[in-house]
Amino acid sequence: MPIEDLHVVEEVPVFSLRGVTKNFGAVKALQGVDFDVYAGEVVAVVGDNGAGKTTLVKILAGDHRATSGEVFHQGEQVTIDSPADARELGIATVFQDLALCDNLDVVANLFLGREVGDMALDEVEMEQRAWALLRQLSAKLPTVRTPIASLSGGQRQTVAIARSLVGDPAVVVLDEPTAALGVAQTAEVLNLIERLRENGLGVVLISHNMADVQAVADRVVVLRLGKNNGEFRVPDVSYEQIIAAITGATDNAVSRRAQASTEGPQA
Amino acid sequence: MTTPTTGSNRVVTATSKQRRIGDSLLAFKQRLSDGDLGSTPVVIGLVIIWVVFQILNPTFLTAPNLVNLALQCAAVGTISIGVVLVLLLGQIDLSVGSISGLAAAILGVTFVQWDWPVVASIIVALLAGAAIGAFYGFLYTRFGVPTFIITLAGLLGVLGLQLWVLGDDGSINLPFDSWIVRFAQQMFLPDVVSYIAAVAAAGLYFWVTFRAQRRRAAAGLGSMHITETAIRALSLLLLLGFGSWYLNKDRGIGLMFVLFVMLVVCANYMLTRTKWGRSVYAVGGNVEAARRAGIRVNRVYISVFMAATTFAALGGILAAARLAAANQSSGGSDVNLTAIAAAVIGGTSLFGGRGSAWSALLGIVVIMSISSGLTLLSLDSSVRYMVTGAVLLLAVIVDAISRRSRAVHGIA
Repeated sequence: MPIEDLHVVEEVPVFSLRGVTKNFGAVKALQGVDFDVYAGEVVAVVGDNGAGKTTLVKILAGDHRATSGEVFHQGEQVTIDSPADARELGIATVFQDLALCDNLDVVANLFLGREVGDMALDEVEMEQRAWALLRQLSAKLPTVRTPIASLSGGQRQTVAIARSLVGDPAVVVLDEPTAALGVAQTAEVLNLIERLRENGLGVVLISHNMADVQAVADRVVVLRLGKNNGEFRVPDVSYEQIIAAITGATDNAVSRRAQASTEGPQA
Repeated sequence: MTTPTTGSNRVVTATSKQRRIGDSLLAFKQRLSDGDLGSTPVVIGLVIIWVVFQILNPTFLTAPNLVNLALQCAAVGTISIGVVLVLLLGQIDLSVGSISGLAAAILGVTFVQWDWPVVASIIVALLAGAAIGAFYGFLYTRFGVPTFIITLAGLLGVLGLQLWVLGDDGSINLPFDSWIVRFAQQMFLPDVVSYIAAVAAAGLYFWVTFRAQRRRAAAGLGSMHITETAIRALSLLLLLGFGSWYLNKDRGIGLMFVLFVMLVVCANYMLTRTKWGRSVYAVGGNVEAARRAGIRVNRVYISVFMAATTFAALGGILAAARLAAANQSSGGSDVNLTAIAAAVIGGTSLFGGRGSAWSALLGIVVIMSISSGLTLLSLDSSVRYMVTGAVLLLAVIVDAISRRSRAVHGIA
């Protein structure tokens, strides 16, 4: 299937990477990777350790500069040289460690670095907007005046995602958002991701968890050893196909295990 | 979020109701049991210290002794405000004593020997303090040397500067009729002014709080009941009014102490109500998060170090004025560690990100109370050092335990 037919919503991608290469000295982290994200879709980036997922995220976030390759925003070529550039172009990134200040409350964290108010902080305005953001995500927190330290993992993830929306971005990049979460909290975060899509944002989801990917993603981009290794629409693809693309072989450790367990009782 | 979600029909519940006074007390109790102690331990400790010393020696709580106590607090307390700022970043400044000594020396030499106007001398001394802080900030942000080491080197280097500035004289007396010495030793708030100030402070508190709470209520956010606001304002009025009345039985409230309290209030405002203050707490809590949030972390470090060393210089000027002399031991001996101990005893965490400007005031009052009480009992500095050391240890243990308790309650 040609890639052009794969996207779900509209023709021009919000962001489009073409032939992106990133070298760290002799190490080729990415080699000619193409990647698109459209408004109102969840695109999952999967791959084994060292496949280049994090490098791709960091290029989008402006943390790394691509060695070569082109980036297009709404079809126009742009450069992302710094986190500030990424933010200006409307890319918000939620890193795996969330980057929240435990000693500050939810409101302070949401507006950290872009506080409202000229001379004095406008706490009322910020608190109102904090509730509005959480409402937009249908997220539930008992209070926004509690330090982050007293929140659960899922609640922290909620705050981190809500914070990414403060700058009114077009694309939200989530790096392993469910990695450290329990079952119920994972479900909460998946709901948040769907809520982002409903609000018309493009969501880039980096994940190791195939169940999560199949639950919320519209499209899966597979990276292997720094190269594109397949792109699928989630409804059309099976778990085994994705695993095969990730590991680069239909005969792999995962498929052998699966086979062994189905054949096991007969043997 | 322990309950599984049921889709998009969940709504955020803003606590739009007005808090009753009972709710506030309950919330306070909850915070304490979670290990979020704030300044509660130090207030309790201060009450105990005062009661014990009063029992041991009835002159302790007399007006003349408290008037002196307040004056004694001002100089080192001012240095301590700067230490609070540095501790909030999770850093340390070991050289505040030396810097205060250098400022005293600059004041002495320029004002007395070179006949500069006193204001010019003060400004130059403060600028010298700020320059040292800028240098520390540069070293820290540029080379990443731990501030413990930078300021340890600073302690020695600046002490050397102080001795060099003083030159052969070693000791310079400030004239008793100069403005700065009279300010530190003889100027007190007139009785009437102290009562007006008490009423004004309580009235301002009520007005500002009431307006803020009304705005919160209008915005549908949780707000304080007007009765609670009134009770708080009234308590403040009683505290300030009674304090003024009691001290006015003797000489009254020293202007230097008033200056110190006003500096604490300003620092508190800067820390809690401005973007700069928010970024200080953020850097102290999680530098990387602050950096990613777009806060210019290096500027925060440099500005805080400059503020801290400027406060240290101002404290040194006040100390010299109170002593009416600048000499080789200005800012030496225990000034350094008293200033740092005061900040910690007052409840500012050594681990960064937690504390408030008020801890400088509370901590220095504790230390000076101990010092004054033991002096009244005719015990010499040997006992004073040991007792102060023990109290400092106690404060750090309380800090560490409350930190652990917060961890146990999942709010570390």
